[in-house]
Parts: sequence; structure tokens; C-alpha cells
Amino acid sequence: MYAAVCIRSFRRYSTYRAATWARVFTNTVFGFILTYTYVALWHVRPHLGGYDLSAAITYVWIGQGLLSLLAVGDLGALADLQTRIASGDVAVDLFRPVDQQRWWLAVDAGRAGYQLLTNALVPMLVGGLAFHLRLPQGSAVDVVASWVATVLALVLALLVSYALRYLVALTGFWLLDLRGVQLVYYLTSCFFGGFFLPVTVFPAALEAVARALPFIAVFQVPADVFLQHYDTAGTLGALGVQLGWAVVLLGLGRLVQSRAVLKVVVQGG
Amino acid sequence: MAEARFGPRTRPARWDVVHALRCYGHIVRMWIRAALAYPASFWMTMAGNLAASGMDFVVIVVMFLHTHVLGGWSLPQVAFLYGTSGLTLGLADLFVGSMDQLGVRVREGSVDTVLVRPVPALAQLAGDRFALRRIGRVLQSGAVLIWSLSRLDLAWTPLRALVFVSLVLCGTVIFGSVFVGGSACHFFMADAAEVQNSFTYGGATMLQYPPTIYARDIVRGTVFGVPLAFVNWLPALYLLGRDDPLGLPSWFRFASPVAALLCATAAGLLWRTGVRSYRSTGS
Repeated sequence: MYAAVCIRSFRRYSTYRAATWARVFTNTVFGFILTYTYVALWHVRPHLGGYDLSAAITYVWIGQGLLSLLAVGDLGALADLQTRIASGDVAVDLFRPVDQQRWWLAVDAGRAGYQLLTNALVPMLVGGLAFHLRLPQGSAVDVVASWVATVLALVLALLVSYALRYLVALTGFWLLDLRGVQLVYYLTSCFFGGFFLPVTVFPAALEAVARALPFIAVFQVPADVFLQHYDTAGTLGALGVQLGWAVVLLGLGRLVQSRAVLKVVVQGG
Repeated sequence: MAEARFGPRTRPARWDVVHALRCYGHIVRMWIRAALAYPASFWMTMAGNLAASGMDFVVIVVMFLHTHVLGGWSLPQVAFLYGTSGLTLGLADLFVGSMDQLGVRVREGSVDTVLVRPVPALAQLAGDRFALRRIGRVLQSGAVLIWSLSRLDLAWTPLRALVFVSLVLCGTVIFGSVFVGGSACHFFMADAAEVQNSFTYGGATMLQYPPTIYARDIVRGTVFGVPLAFVNWLPALYLLGRDDPLGLPSWFRFASPVAALLCATAAGLLWRTGVRSYRSTGS
């Protein structure tokens, strides 16, 4: 059943063609702007943060590609859950014999699948045509291993991102206006996730903070796995950190959910 | 009687402008009162706006932890670009930024109600949902600008002061024109509203960094295409005494008022075409 939900969600998102292309265009424009700022910085400081120029540029375009896929700026499919919580429609959902967290994960996975084919691939292709991007290198085994690890890291990143957004959406049971929480989530996840600049470029104290927060598992880790920033043990460790955050945050989501359903307020009677 | 009261068309053209501005003022005051009815929410969202726009500057500061110059420009000089870009975008966003929601209204067909009222559509839509919280970006960018000016130690002359004032005014007009012109395009392609963000927020992000870091063709595009270079890059070359990477004639540095006038005219024409092509939703 969850697979069916996922496919329907994919189809639903694929009906907004013009909006999708508008988003692709905007992400690509920002990709170009960011690339030039990175080039200027890496020009004076080659190998800054452990990246060479080509890796730094690739980092930008991975970021622009994953921005929509991981729903960094918004709640993704969970914007609908948030609307349903605010309007009280969520009461109907709670009657259904489905697990809420899994249901919305299926919806969000469908959304992410569609974003992967459009918003992730197209800006990366444009970036690849305009600049020299770094793909996984080395022997055939290394390349295959890197791609497999990247796919795993992406799936785990989506899980962590989903778990975080689920928590943000659930705060709607206690707060009526979610704009503040969303803005805080957006800023912290972008900054500490490494979307603006890799956290390895931060001052040491700030980097330590970033490493202690889950946001790094959403973006910096999959990007680093793709860029072969880690050796084999390091890659496994990084995937382990992602898995750990996914388990902890999804568990926290279930805990909050069980408290939240006791708080359901149906607006308007 | 009623016609005389509601019929600005019967008056000379300059009254139309006064009438439009007065209506705009009324709508804006109403939305400010509405926002201040929930003071806690207002202050929180304003602080949030302030922090959100400040994040870009944090990124610039982190970059300058690793270098003294970016594209040949120092931190106070880049901060000047950041401050002027944010200030002008912030002011334009404050005054007419609500118009980027026009796409939604076109889809819903709710522009109908706007068009039947005896108030210019532009005044209504620009004032609609006027968000005073957007002043957060203005304040934050202004603070960075003041800091940069204190560090730059410019030799102020009457001409420099004039160019500076014109930078703020013309920059606001140019960004405002992009908002209005971009929103007019929503009449033709309501679903692709996000493209506008590339030119407003994307443009402002681009102007935060020195023109020297970009490919020449991109900088050329901001001079002769969408003339964002006239917002702060060209005046800043004069104010900070820097060389033009494109080697344009030096009068380009003073041509911002001309660019602003051209932008406003183009936006006005686009807006008129957009409103005339509006066909409602048909349901």
C-alpha cells in the first residue's frame, strides 16, 4: 500500500510542470552565482577545507541539485501534513488504519523521486556542461563503490531530512503559527548542513557545533561521499552516523506523535 | 455625485498618480495595523527576517577568514556591495514585494475583485499584504553598510554624496521595476512565478560580490540586459575608486538614474500589457 501511495505522490508532483521548470531555472541561476564566489575563494586558497577547485565547484552543484530533493527550504510533502494539522483535518487521518509516519514518508519519497529526475539532474547537467565537475574516480571497483555509497547516503539523507521535517510539522499541534519554527529550521539546516559553505571551512568551534548536529547528515555527508572525501572506513562511519541520526530522529518523531495525538484541536468545532 | 467621487479618470493625469499613492498609503496603513495586532508574532517574524538576510553576510565573513581579498576586493568593500544590494532590494521588497504573490491570484481568478474596484490595480496589488516585517532586511543591510562606510574612510565630496543617495534611490527603483515587471509576467505564466526569484533574490545575491569574480559575459548581461549592474556595481566603482572590469566609458558609473527610468518605463509597459491580457479563470 505504501508503494502505491509513493507512486501516486510521484504522479501528483509531476503535474506541476511549469512550476518545476521555474524551480530548475532558479536553482541553476543560483548555482552559477555560487560557483563564481567559490571559484574566487578557491582561487586564493586552493585546497581550502580539503577540496580542490573542481571538487568545490561540484559541491555547489550537488547542493543546488539536492536543495529541492531534500526539501531544505520548505517542508516538502509535509507542508500538506502541516496544513491538515492547522485545519484540523488531521483528525480524519488519525482514524485511518495506517501509520502516520510511514504514510507521509511514502508521500515524501514519491516527491523526492520526482525531484531527483528534474530538480536534481537538470541543474547538475547544466553545471557539468558549464564547468568541470568531479565524478567518482579511481579503479572500476572504487567508482562502483562510490556510486553505491552515494545512493545509500542519499537515501539515508532523505530519511534524516524527513525525520527532521516531520518533527517541525508536528510542532503544529502545539503552535498555531509555524512560520517562526520553519524559518529557524531553514536557517540552521542550511547553515549547519553545509549548504552555504562546507562545514570544513568554518572556524573550528563552529565546525564542532555543526558536527554535533544532525543537519550535517542531510547534505554535507552525501556530498562528501560522492566527492570521495573519506576512505572506506570513513565512508562506512559516515553512513553509520547518518543511520544513527535517522533512527534517533524517527524514534523521536514517534514519541512526539504519540503525545501529539492527545493534543488534537479541531478548529471550528 | 458618486461618479465625481469615484471617477479619478475625469481628472487630469497627475491626479491619477496622487490618487493611486493615497490609496496605496491607505492599504499599507491597514496592513501595518493588522500586523501589529499580534505584536509577538510581528517581532518574531521581523527578527527572523533580519537573521535570514544576515546569514548571507555570515557566509561572506567566513570566506574572509581565509583570505584578505575576494576578486581583488577587501572585506569592507564587499560589505559595501552587500549593504547596498540588501538595502535596495529590501526597500523594493518592502514597497512592492507582495506582488510576487500575483501568480496565485491569477490562478484563483481573484484579480477580478481588484479590477472592479475604483482604485488602480497596481496600487492595490502592491499594497496587498504589505509586510512591515520585511524591514528586517533593510535594517540588517543598513547596519552592514554603516559598518563598511566607517571602515572605508571615503573622502566625501558633494558629488560622492549625490552618487551615494542616487545609488540608494535608483537601486530601489530598479529592483522595484524588476518586481513589478516580473509580476506582470505572472499574467501570462502564473505557474512559473518562481523564475522571478532568479532576478530579484538571485540578482541581489550576485550584487553582494564584486563584479570581478564573474565571467565577463555575465557582467555584460547585467549592464545591457537586465540592468542590475546599475544598482550598485557601477556607482560603487566610482565611490570606491576602482577600475571597471569591462572597461566601459566612465559615464556609465553615473548613468544609474537613466537605467532606473528605463526600467520603470519598461515595467510600466509590461504591467499594462499584463493587465489587459488578463482573462480571469472562467469558472
